[in-house]
Amino acid sequence: MLHETHELRPAETLTRVPYWVFQTAETYRQEQERIFQGPSWHYLALDVELPEAGDFRTTRIGDTPVVVTRDNDGEIYAFENRCAHRGALICLDSHGKGKKDFSCVYHAWTYDRQGNLKGIAFKDGVKGKGGMPESFRMEDHGPRKLRIAILHGLIFGSFSEEVPPIEEYLGDEISSRIERVLGGRKPVVLGRVTQVLPNNWKLYMENVKDSYHASILHLFFTTFELNRLSQKGAIIVDESGGHHVSYSAIDTAAEKDAEYAKQQLRSESQYKLADPSLLQGFDEYHDGVTLQILSVFPTFVLQQIQNAIAVRQIVPRAIDKTDLNWTYLGFADDTPEQRLTRLKQNNLVGPAGYISMEDGCVGGFVQRGIAGASEQEAILEMGGSGAQSSESRVTEASVRGFWKAYRSQMGM
Amino acid sequence: MTDSVYQMIARAQAEYARCIDDDRLEDWPDHFHGSCIYKITTAANHREGLEGAIIFANSKGMLRDRVSALRDANIYERQSYRHILGQPSILHESGSEVRSETSFLVARIVQDGDTDIFATGRYLDLYKIEEGKVRLNERIVVCDSSRIDTLMALPL
Repeated sequence: MLHETHELRPAETLTRVPYWVFQTAETYRQEQERIFQGPSWHYLALDVELPEAGDFRTTRIGDTPVVVTRDNDGEIYAFENRCAHRGALICLDSHGKGKKDFSCVYHAWTYDRQGNLKGIAFKDGVKGKGGMPESFRMEDHGPRKLRIAILHGLIFGSFSEEVPPIEEYLGDEISSRIERVLGGRKPVVLGRVTQVLPNNWKLYMENVKDSYHASILHLFFTTFELNRLSQKGAIIVDESGGHHVSYSAIDTAAEKDAEYAKQQLRSESQYKLADPSLLQGFDEYHDGVTLQILSVFPTFVLQQIQNAIAVRQIVPRAIDKTDLNWTYLGFADDTPEQRLTRLKQNNLVGPAGYISMEDGCVGGFVQRGIAGASEQEAILEMGGSGAQSSESRVTEASVRGFWKAYRSQMGM
Repeated sequence: MTDSVYQMIARAQAEYARCIDDDRLEDWPDHFHGSCIYKITTAANHREGLEGAIIFANSKGMLRDRVSALRDANIYERQSYRHILGQPSILHESGSEVRSETSFLVARIVQDGDTDIFATGRYLDLYKIEEGKVRLNERIVVCDSSRIDTLMALPL
């Protein structure tokens, strides 16, 4: 672990990333303050995961533990999972139902579903002795409360009063691409799993935004024409740079081009499936788009790969350790056949995913590769130096976009 | 002397584990009948009745595809498993079908030499015995933890 403080060079170019940003304790600490508790929206849960009053889930925004609840008024609330008294976790369970209030196990300080302190054990002492002073006002104390925004069933929270409303934060193009997948539909959670990545969280976010690598590292993707750089498709980068969409559509009219073969990439092979039903999906969106990867700065991903729909929440655990929380989705109106298709296509993603298992290790390859090279820099020049939307996916524009937003929030 | 059902199941379990640990993955699908279910999930998903899985296959072909993808398509650091299996509990016998549950501990050995406990859990199995051969109709692998380190390449 490196402890020294580094200065990011002036951001006249987004084409270089110094490796110390993935390595230093000071950077990690500043990210917690300026990004995770700063003016960003963070995915917390799905609206359908908390259907009734008294339902709750615990999660994290960066290092900070958070409780998400639904109260009797039907609204979603979230507050820091930290007792105002001595700082212990207020809620120990990952999720539950019918919770009337939250009582800290340490000294039974009790909070309502909105995170307001409502009770203190032995507040008035015993037999007139001990207890809290008269001047102590419960309403002046409590865990920090989060602002909440719900967009197409996705619950986002923020510690910041300054962060703009979620629609404005995302911009129309990104919002409409979330709506495309989730708008007007009732998702059903099919399963959850956490993939523990041996790398800094930013290396995973770079990977998500990197449309350049997809058809090179992931052979499975390429050979079955789920994604080829020569397919129809594009990337969208929002004004801030921090959010992106990469999408592709099968262009049935186009002949297979020979660009890949010419470059003798590993991707060209004669790989055939014994059971091709894995890839026999159904036309869900009627727009020909077979893949849409969408990210929201700093740590949220919405994925459509054919009929495999998932949300991914990225939670840093340490400088070189990151939780990737997968929630696989179907929809309430799925037919049994459609549901089976989703179960099969989930083989493409997650910790054992045919097209995502490499993403679990490649960040670790970078983390280990740069171990002695803090002052060296990564090169991001594919597709130029800007961070704009592009019709070509042979570009690192959305990765540069991430660093544009990152530099801005970190004040670099 | 003919083996008892218990002995047949125990022997099948041992052969299954050896097959993976010895890197004979091409033989792994033969522990299943043609029409089969193989699923790896977490205890939390299993408890909540969630169908989604880390690996899901409903044909022997899909198991073969898993092996060829591991051999020819997917990128991961060289690694191997060591399965330590508990004694099978025979839960139910009905004609040629046997339901059993067996605990497992799998250590993963990666190329730099580290050995770590990769997964613990239980196999929920439905065996079908045909002509003295014991094969799986269904294997639900329930991992105790919901956290998977780095990636899951080899089957459990």
